[in-house]
Amino acid sequence: MTEPTIYELSSAGRTGVRFPEPDVPLTHLPQSLMREVLPLPELSEVDVIRHFTHLSSLNYCIDSGLYPLGSCTMKYNPKINEEIARLEGFAYTHPLQPESTIQGNLALMYDLQETLKEIAGFAAVTLQPAAGAQGEFTGVMIIRDYHRSRGDAKRTKILIPDSAHGTNPATSAMSGFEVVPLPSDARGNVDLAKLREVCDDTVAGLMLTNPNTLGLFDENVIEVINIVHQAGGLVYGDGANLNALLGIVRPGDLGIDIMHFNLHKTFSTPHGGGGPGSGPVGVSAHLADFLPTPLVGIVEKATADLPPLYGFIKPPKTIGRVKSFFGQFGMFVRAYTYIRMHGPEGLRKVSEYAVLNANYLLAKMGDVYHLPYKRTCMHEFVVEGCWPDIPEIHALDIAKRLMDYKFHPPTNYFPLIVHEALMIEPTETESKQSLDAFAEAMLAIAKEARETPELLKEAPHDTPIGRLDEVKAAKELVLCCWLPDDK
Amino acid sequence: MNVPENLKYTHADEWLSIDGNIATLGVTDYAQDQLSDIVFVEITVEKGETVKKLAHVATIESVKAAADVNSPISGKITDINESLSNTPELVNNDPFGQAWMVKFEITDPSELTSLMDAKAYADYCSTRGH
Repeated sequence: MTEPTIYELSSAGRTGVRFPEPDVPLTHLPQSLMREVLPLPELSEVDVIRHFTHLSSLNYCIDSGLYPLGSCTMKYNPKINEEIARLEGFAYTHPLQPESTIQGNLALMYDLQETLKEIAGFAAVTLQPAAGAQGEFTGVMIIRDYHRSRGDAKRTKILIPDSAHGTNPATSAMSGFEVVPLPSDARGNVDLAKLREVCDDTVAGLMLTNPNTLGLFDENVIEVINIVHQAGGLVYGDGANLNALLGIVRPGDLGIDIMHFNLHKTFSTPHGGGGPGSGPVGVSAHLADFLPTPLVGIVEKATADLPPLYGFIKPPKTIGRVKSFFGQFGMFVRAYTYIRMHGPEGLRKVSEYAVLNANYLLAKMGDVYHLPYKRTCMHEFVVEGCWPDIPEIHALDIAKRLMDYKFHPPTNYFPLIVHEALMIEPTETESKQSLDAFAEAMLAIAKEARETPELLKEAPHDTPIGRLDEVKAAKELVLCCWLPDDK
Repeated sequence: MNVPENLKYTHADEWLSIDGNIATLGVTDYAQDQLSDIVFVEITVEKGETVKKLAHVATIESVKAAADVNSPISGKITDINESLSNTPELVNNDPFGQAWMVKFEITDPSELTSLMDAKAYADYCSTRGH
């Protein structure tokens, strides 16, 4: 089935709006400014509404089903978040308004900074970064400026475990550092011997994803951090997998110096096309002066009669701005709502259920899909999407076949240290019934892989468009827009 | 899986053929099979350039992943395979032949001793999944 484009639905002379007769004298643009053709589709209002409503119904989203995309934490986004973000006082403010008129917004930002500090154990938080990768960039810039401020110019390397998120090496390289990969040991932890070997006075820092992309908590995390600190380096924590730790472990307490939060993962703001990301960054006390400017602070303390006056504060050694204005304010409202709706006990339950759900799925699938690192997982796990006796079946075939079972496929081929990786993160918002249905689909596909492998090789069968040609898509970077006059 | 007898191999799945003091470098059949369809090859060194052991000489990208190719020995680049930028699929079709990546003059023959022969490499691959 191919959906016609809006241009193919066009019918000459059809229109959705009737312009009023002009009530001013008519004049004509100079001929040089006139175009010969204006290839816009001609449709009635109902044609347009039906076309786009139908297209939207072809989309798969968290509101339509389980979305086990590993390390993306595609949890349900509670609708109360949207309701609060639409309150007039939040929705209709402008970033250039005088501070005295946006005290409510500033109070919310201040409280969110304070709350994130408490949740993760940091001394200061900036809300500015636009998403996780920009949070990393902010963190690595802080590492750079911290060493420079101490006159230490020889630190040119950043260590990246091979189980880290793919953005970590990219961030380090973009910030001008040399990336030194670190291998994992047989249990999926950072290889301590190798870490000791490479730690010297040229190391600016280590970027640690914990739990890592295998869904495993590094059993030696304190020692890893100590080794880097003893060499004079800083430890950046990638907070993308914080959904496993809320109310249980505070990264700052472990000794992590800097960490970004993904509000669009852990704190239920929309993720993946549904809205902008948001990547606040927390730092320990010795790095607070380097945060991006401005932070929200209390500029006049509360009195018996008056609430505190909030305003903007510039940290003394700031790395500068990383985003225009103050960050993704609408996402702050949603994340703050989520945190307040749950409270401390509720947030801990979020993580406990996220870990329980992942382990439940793993227990149901683990006999059929090979788990290379045999440990209790955290909020996600990675299995091999292949079997030695049927070498023609690959992780991609399993992922594509899952779409016929009406599930979004898991992350595949990442992390690179697992052969034919399928990285599965159910999140805490799935019920036992929904987890059972997913596990049953995975087991059914494993059975099909042996009995009717062509069902997998040719999948998906029940989607609007079948198997896409990934090689062609990667090699021929041509997005062709069909216009009537191109015929 | 094809492992030609006459070549030297690295643990990172590069092969090296030695002809006098000229070495030719590429990636193995095992590597191309693991990466699956190769869609992009970029040689990151130029003719005449001197490279140290483990220098980055090429980047390969497949539909699954990107991988770096590093030179296992030091040398001076004498030739690069320019055809790979337009026909990266050669790495899948003929990894030990038309998909050679760079040639260089060997500056330190003692570095060759750390490389594996065909049997050692085939054994190494058999320990690493399928």
